[in-house]
Amino acid sequence: MKSAVPIIEVCNLVKRFDEVTAVESLTFDILEGELFGFLGPNGAGKTTTINMLTGLARPDSGTIRIAGIDCSSIPKAAQHLLGVVPDESNLYPELSGFDNLCFCGALYGLRKGERQARAWKLLERFGLSEAADRKFAGYSRGMKRKLTIAAGIIHGPRILFLDEPTTGIDVASARQIRQLIADLNIGGTTVFLTTHYIEEAERLCRRIAFIVSGRLVRIDTLDNLMRPTAGRHVVQFDVGEGAEALCEAIAGVFDHVQCRAVAKGALLVEACEPVRIGPMVRFIEERGAEVSEARKLRPSLEEVFVGITGIAAAAMQEEREKRGKEGGE
Amino acid sequence: MSRWVAFWNILLKDMRAYYLKPPNISWGLIFPLAWTGMFFIKAGGVGDLLALLPGVVAIAILFGTTSMLAVTVTFEKRNRSFERLLLAPMPLGLLMLAKTAGAILFGSANALVPLAMAAFFTDLSRVVWVAVIPALVLIAVSSTFLGLFIAVSVSEVFEAQTFSNFIRFPMIFLCGLFFPVENLPAWLRPLSYALPLTYGVDILHRGFGTVGMLPAAMDFGMLLLFCAALFLVCLHNIKRRWIV
Repeated sequence: MKSAVPIIEVCNLVKRFDEVTAVESLTFDILEGELFGFLGPNGAGKTTTINMLTGLARPDSGTIRIAGIDCSSIPKAAQHLLGVVPDESNLYPELSGFDNLCFCGALYGLRKGERQARAWKLLERFGLSEAADRKFAGYSRGMKRKLTIAAGIIHGPRILFLDEPTTGIDVASARQIRQLIADLNIGGTTVFLTTHYIEEAERLCRRIAFIVSGRLVRIDTLDNLMRPTAGRHVVQFDVGEGAEALCEAIAGVFDHVQCRAVAKGALLVEACEPVRIGPMVRFIEERGAEVSEARKLRPSLEEVFVGITGIAAAAMQEEREKRGKEGGE
Repeated sequence: MSRWVAFWNILLKDMRAYYLKPPNISWGLIFPLAWTGMFFIKAGGVGDLLALLPGVVAIAILFGTTSMLAVTVTFEKRNRSFERLLLAPMPLGLLMLAKTAGAILFGSANALVPLAMAAFFTDLSRVVWVAVIPALVLIAVSSTFLGLFIAVSVSEVFEAQTFSNFIRFPMIFLCGLFFPVENLPAWLRPLSYALPLTYGVDILHRGFGTVGMLPAAMDFGMLLLFCAALFLVCLHNIKRRWIV
């Protein structure tokens, strides 16, 4: 599905707000049909980048080409190709779900019959048919997210920008949305996804960029990003208090392993060969600690992210939990 | 063609969502009715009704347009639904014309209320409709763009309401609605000539049979100039403030 033709070309993009540099020298390409992940903590410049790419903000310098159209000086030039799902559901509270979709279709010039047919199809696909005539204001948060995504794709955009699509919604809705994103991409839509959920990007995206403080710190395919973790074995032991002291003891005795204490009384043991859990548990319990659980961890993109950006994944988790609470819709 | 589909649907959506809602219809009816009634009582009857109509009609349009537009645009900007419009593949100028068209129609419809009332009490056959109708529309357009200017200048709904009142109420006294501009102190007159409503009201005075202050061509020219200037300033401010 993915072609070798870049559909988005960004070169040396800079955006400043007074003294703050929100985006600095951003350069990257996205290929047509790609599902591209854009990861970073709050304030990293993700939304500012999306705003510049979609014509909601003007870059201070640098160039943006979308499907060959120069959008640097005319931000609205390629908007007919784009679908945008913002980080907050921003449809019209006083309109019904169906009317919201029809209105969004009309904004892209769809005729009445066509936009109504597409609206019904999308409502069915998103499981919202029964709520079609209800006002958007009365929708649950998950329903609002789904309808906002439907509104972003009603005109069949070539490129879809998704800003935090699953933040603050229930697990079932998030799973359904992830499946929809994957299906859209399989159908040929280029997807630009920003998310706090690293595991979401890992599951969906084939290429990922990490952005921190407005700078692109790494951009690569998921396979290449994960390569350093290949052949590594990680086991987590939940030991309660004293995890740090145990780590030092383990490192002193077991030569081939690396050990570090992590949050909530757990320690991570890493090695280049399989970690033998039995001797390790006995060693820990001989020192008076109780191992309540030991489990093998699959190396994840989260570790790669932490390694590259130096930003603790726990901090990202905290941020998204906070956003989930604040985003009461 | 697709741009006009968008234009028409933005207008329809605004009419349904805002202007044709019962509170706004009642505002559109009651406000001009109240003003007309007040001046009837003050004038002691219907004797000089034609002299009162320009002021009442202009106020009905001014308040109908600015109240609604300044608030609805600020509200949509605040809940970010305005971003949907900014993302639509249509030129910003056409988008803002679509967004203001509802207010222009609503304001023009408001003007019909005192006119319809007056038709029951006085003979309107002497009214020069070829001057009055375009003047009504141009007053509605300039007032709407004034409302848009207010909406673009503020970020909160309450600020829009406060700012609107700071502009509208002085206009009532400065634009020759009820007191001729010539009767104002000399130092206030330049301010009158800097307000679009002054020229619209002057056309209405002439159209309803009283004496005009300036030549009709100048009044129409100035009104058109104000409409164009206000719209261009609004577009510039939208680009500067909203597409940052």
